[in-house]
Amino acid sequence: MALIELKNVIGGYGGAPILNGVNMSIEQSDIGVIVGPNGAGKSTTLKAIFGLLKVTEGSIVFQGEEIQNALPDRLVPKGLSFVPQEKNVFTSMSVEENLEMGAFTRTDDFRPTIEWVYDMFPVLREKRRQPAGELSGGQRQMVAMGRALMSKPSLLLLDEPSAGLSPRYVLEIFEQIVKVNKAGVAILMVEQNARQALAFASRGFVLATGKNRFTGTGPELIADPEVAKSFLGG
Amino acid sequence: MNELIFFFNNVIVGGVALGSIYAVGAIGVTLIFGILRFAHFAHGDMMTMGAFIAFLLMLACQALGISVPFLPTGFLVLPVAMVLTTIIALGLDKGFYAPLRKRGAKPVTMLIASIGVTLIIQGLIRLFFGSGTWSFFESETKQLIRIPVPLEGVTRTINFTQPQVLMVVCTAVAVLALHFFLTRSRLGKAMRAMADNPDLAQVSGINTKVVVRVTWIIAGSLAAMAGTMLALDVQLKPDLAFNIVLPIFAAAIVGGLGQSYGAIAGGFLIGFAETAAIFNWSVLLRPIAGALPFEVPATLAIVPTEYKLTVAFVILVVVLLWRPTGIFKGASS
Ligand SMILES: Nc1ncnc2c1ncn2[C@@H]1O[C@H](COP(=O)(O)OP(=O)(O)OP(=O)(O)O)[C@@H](O)[C@H]1O
Ligand SMILES: [Mg+2]
Repeated sequence: MALIELKNVIGGYGGAPILNGVNMSIEQSDIGVIVGPNGAGKSTTLKAIFGLLKVTEGSIVFQGEEIQNALPDRLVPKGLSFVPQEKNVFTSMSVEENLEMGAFTRTDDFRPTIEWVYDMFPVLREKRRQPAGELSGGQRQMVAMGRALMSKPSLLLLDEPSAGLSPRYVLEIFEQIVKVNKAGVAILMVEQNARQALAFASRGFVLATGKNRFTGTGPELIADPEVAKSFLGG
Repeated sequence: MNELIFFFNNVIVGGVALGSIYAVGAIGVTLIFGILRFAHFAHGDMMTMGAFIAFLLMLACQALGISVPFLPTGFLVLPVAMVLTTIIALGLDKGFYAPLRKRGAKPVTMLIASIGVTLIIQGLIRLFFGSGTWSFFESETKQLIRIPVPLEGVTRTINFTQPQVLMVVCTAVAVLALHFFLTRSRLGKAMRAMADNPDLAQVSGINTKVVVRVTWIIAGSLAAMAGTMLALDVQLKPDLAFNIVLPIFAAAIVGGLGQSYGAIAGGFLIGFAETAAIFNWSVLLRPIAGALPFEVPATLAIVPTEYKLTVAFVILVVVLLWRPTGIFKGASS
C-alpha cells in the first residue's frame, strides 16, 4: 500500500481551482520530486496535502486514512511534516528552539531526536544557541529541515529546498535529503533544479496548470525527449 | 541635600511606581499585538475592570473580617482579581474577537471592535458604581514609609508608601515569571514562535488556539495587576486606566511592538520621563541661584501637570526617529 496517495485532487484558495486533478502516489522508501513551470501548482499541491488550502474534490489518503482538509496540528502527529519555501525558520529564536518547536506535538522525550538532527547537520550543533535569523541561507535550510524532522515524520514535504543556494550548497542539501530518506523518511519535494533532483528521484511528477503531465521514475522523465524539451529546457 | 531628596521622592519614587504600572500594562498590549496582531485599545479598561473586581473583593473581605496584618487588603485579593479578570478576558475574546478572527477580520476592524469593548466595560462600570471615585483606603490607612537620611543639615526624609513598595515587588515577580515562561516553557516558546512567524507555527503543529488563550490569560491577569496597582496608588474611578492607555501604548511602541522586554523598558522610560517632566526644577536650581546668570522662577517644570500626556508622545517620536521599530526592534506595522 502506498504511504500517501492523491487521487484526482481539485482545490484552490477560494476562487477558481488551482489544482485540476492531481494524482500522486509515494511509498515509504520513495523520494518523489515535483517539477513544472512557475505557477503550475507545485507549492499548492504540497499545501493541499498539509491542509493549508481547501480540497474540494478527490481524496488524499495517508497511511490508509483520508486526510484531505485536516489541519497541521492533526497531521503532524500522524507523521507528516512540511518545510515551506520561504520564511521557514523562526528568525528570532535560537537554532535549538527552532528544533524544539518542531517537536511541539510530541509528548515523549525528544532529546534523542535533537541529537539525531545534530548528527545529520553537525553545523547546527555548533550554532545551536544562535538566532536562526543570523545563519546563512544553506544553514537556515538545514534548520528548517531539522525542525520538520523533529516530529519524526514518515513523510517529509519540502518546497524548493535548494532555492537561493549556491551550486555547492545545492549538492550538499540534496545529499542530505538522500541521507534523510535512507534513514527511513519518505520525501516529496518540489524543485526548480529539475534535472539534478530528478536524477535521484524514485518518483517524478511533471505538473502543468494544476495537472499531472508526466509521471515516472526520475531517470525515466529525464530520458523522455518530450519532458526534456518542454520542461527541462532541452 | 534636602532638595535632592525632594527630587528623589518625586521623580525617582514616583517614576518607579508609574513605570511599574505602565510596564505591566504595556506587556499585555505588546503580547496581544504580537500574537493577535491588533492594537487592543480596551486594555486600559481591562485594567480598570481588574481594579474594580479587586475593590469588590476587598469590600467582601472586610465584610467577612478577613485581613492580614501589614498587608493592604487590595494586595491580598490581587491573585483572585487576576483570575477573575482573566476569565472575563477569555469571555471577551470568545464573544467579540474570536468570531472576527475566524472571518479573517483586518487589524483595523479588530481595533474598532476593541473600542466597542472599551465602551461596554466603561458603561457597565458606571452602571454599577456611578461615575464617582472610590478608595482602597477608606477603612485602612495607606502606610507612609519615611527613611531619614543620616547627614548633617538634612531634615527631609525619603518617602514612599507601602503600596508603592509592594507594587515594585509585584512587578518584579511578574516580569521574572514571564521571563521564565517565555524562555523555558514549551508553551512560552510556542508563544514566541507564533509572534515570530504565525504560518510556520501552524505548520509546526503548534495549537494556535491554545497559544491565543494563554496570551489572554497573561494579558488579562497582568491588566488586573496593573489596574489594581494604579488604583492603590491613586484612586479608583471608571476611567482610571482609560486615561493612561495612550502612554501604555506609547510604552509598547517605544519598546518595539511584540517585544515583552521592550514593553518593560518603554514603560519605565515613559514613567520616569513623565515624573521628570512635571517636576519643579526650580527646587534644584534655587540653592545654586547665585551662580546662575538668570533669575530662578518660582516654578520651572518642563511641562505643566495637565499636559503630562504629551510627554509620552514626545518620547515616542524621538525614539521612533532614532529606531523606527522601537528600542527592541519590534514589528513595523
Ligand atoms: N495564497 C494564495 N491565494 C491565492 N492564489 C494563490 C495563492 N498562492 C498561490 N496562488 C496561485 O496559485 C497558482 C499556483 O501557485 P503555486 O505557488 O502552487 O505555483 P508553483 O508551481 O509552486 O510555482 P513556483 O515555481 O513559482 O513556486 C498561481 O497562479 C498563484 O498565483
Ligand atoms: Mg512554489
